[in-house]
Amino acid sequence: MRIVLTIVGKDKVGIIAAVSQTLAECNINIININQNIMQGFFNMVLIADMSNANVTIKEAQKKFAELGREIGVEIRLQSEEIFTAMHRI
Amino acid sequence: MLFNTNDILETTRMITENNLDVRTITMGISLRDCAHPDIKVTAQKIYNKICQKAEKLVKTGEDLEAELGVPIINKRISVTPVAMVGESCDSSDYVPLAQALDRAGKNVGVNFIGGFSALVDKGYTKGDHNLIAAIPEALAVTDIVCSSVSVGSTKCGINMDAVAQMGRVVKMAAERTADRDAIGCAKLVVFCNAVPDNPFMAGAFHGVTEPESVINVGVSGPGVVKHALEAVRDGDIGMVAETIKKTAFKITRVGQLVAQEAARRLNTQFGIIDLSLAPTPAIGDSVAHILEEIGLESCGCPGTTATLAMLNDAVKKGGLMASSYVGGLSGAFIPVSEDAGMIAAVERGCLTLEKLEAMTCVCSVGLDMIAVPGDTTAETIAAIIADEAAIGMINNKTTAVRLIPVPGKGVGDKVEFGGLLGYAPIIAVNNFKADKFIARGGRIPAPVRSLTN
Repeated sequence: MRIVLTIVGKDKVGIIAAVSQTLAECNINIININQNIMQGFFNMVLIADMSNANVTIKEAQKKFAELGREIGVEIRLQSEEIFTAMHRI
Repeated sequence: MLFNTNDILETTRMITENNLDVRTITMGISLRDCAHPDIKVTAQKIYNKICQKAEKLVKTGEDLEAELGVPIINKRISVTPVAMVGESCDSSDYVPLAQALDRAGKNVGVNFIGGFSALVDKGYTKGDHNLIAAIPEALAVTDIVCSSVSVGSTKCGINMDAVAQMGRVVKMAAERTADRDAIGCAKLVVFCNAVPDNPFMAGAFHGVTEPESVINVGVSGPGVVKHALEAVRDGDIGMVAETIKKTAFKITRVGQLVAQEAARRLNTQFGIIDLSLAPTPAIGDSVAHILEEIGLESCGCPGTTATLAMLNDAVKKGGLMASSYVGGLSGAFIPVSEDAGMIAAVERGCLTLEKLEAMTCVCSVGLDMIAVPGDTTAETIAAIIADEAAIGMINNKTTAVRLIPVPGKGVGDKVEFGGLLGYAPIIAVNNFKADKFIARGGRIPAPVRSLTN
């Protein structure tokens, strides 16, 4: 299953490092990253593949919610399907 | 497949800021095989079948909610109209069947179970009589059971005996739950042209044309539509309609995804998506606020009916393309107590019962969740039901009445139902009498437009 992570929050050093570190721990493979800073705010959309992950999607959501609190950004992790449904015909 | 970042952020914003949600996953379950002469056996069979069929409904809903990241607010059950299931029982008191539904629904963890219903468009059977007589007591002694009675249709005309009786039943349901602001009436709908696959409460039942079990999904998203319209404040009305269509398409796609996946995981059939803009009392989730965003000072002012007609049509046009099977009620809902904008419009004296009646000509579904003075007579309530049923019959659409005559309260008072049912200011009712018309009874013949063959 492919997932989409959206990360929004105040910019600081090390957000991508922390996120990719956690992804690696879960054995989730990054496919695409799109990141920019808008008016001091960090915006990132990351698409990844969970097919060989060592956690379930619920566990991953919990891990990333905790990480988000730790580094002060909001991290949402969802199945790619909802975006496919809404934006692809 | 990769995505445009803006698309992704748009979707997450819809969920986090604009209250995008799937309003309900409703599992329809046939109880036709539960009939038995002994009512205790019938009740047990009903309980067992619901518990078995819907065992994983709530968990599946919660799993999908987590994986897709979109809230699925309600998980519900609709069943075969209980009048049909109870008909073979020797007992004439159907309250135990309502209690069986209540226990089964609570056991599987759903928040409402609909189908304590009878369809009497043209007349009563024995089971219909017994069921309707049991409604006030059944709604008082259960918590999550919803009841509906269909009193007419375009094909059958209007059963005026049933209309008169439902006026009395609404009053009795109010009195029987007077200590809880007449909550019984919030769980009771009177229909014309009732649909067999409606996923929304309180009017859901599993129609006789439906399969053994089925998944129907009701989408929502008034907040998303309002937000999209904020970007076209300078556009003409065509642009407004186009924006609503595009937004409805996106909302419905989410519902379609959830419905298909839920049906697959529950090993049952996907029935329909109901394309309705269903409001909640939460700020930013109001149909009235959409109408005001389009250019009305307050919902209820002149222009409201035209605006609502355009909104309702555009939602359908957008949603139709997004789902393979569309059904249910499919239209903007205007329940007063469940919509912050409607409540405000009533409070500022702009939205009246008569204007609401006009609005129901162009949208689904009817006079919904409207609190009226406790001294409103059964005959007046029946006459309001007759008016609403006539609109449905002539316009070939579903209409419904869910009025709450709150004992001991009058215009200016408020009632609080809590949760999704919200709160409502009591609205004035025209008290000139139609008692003689209601006392006539009989049946309004089916209209010319029923003769389509």
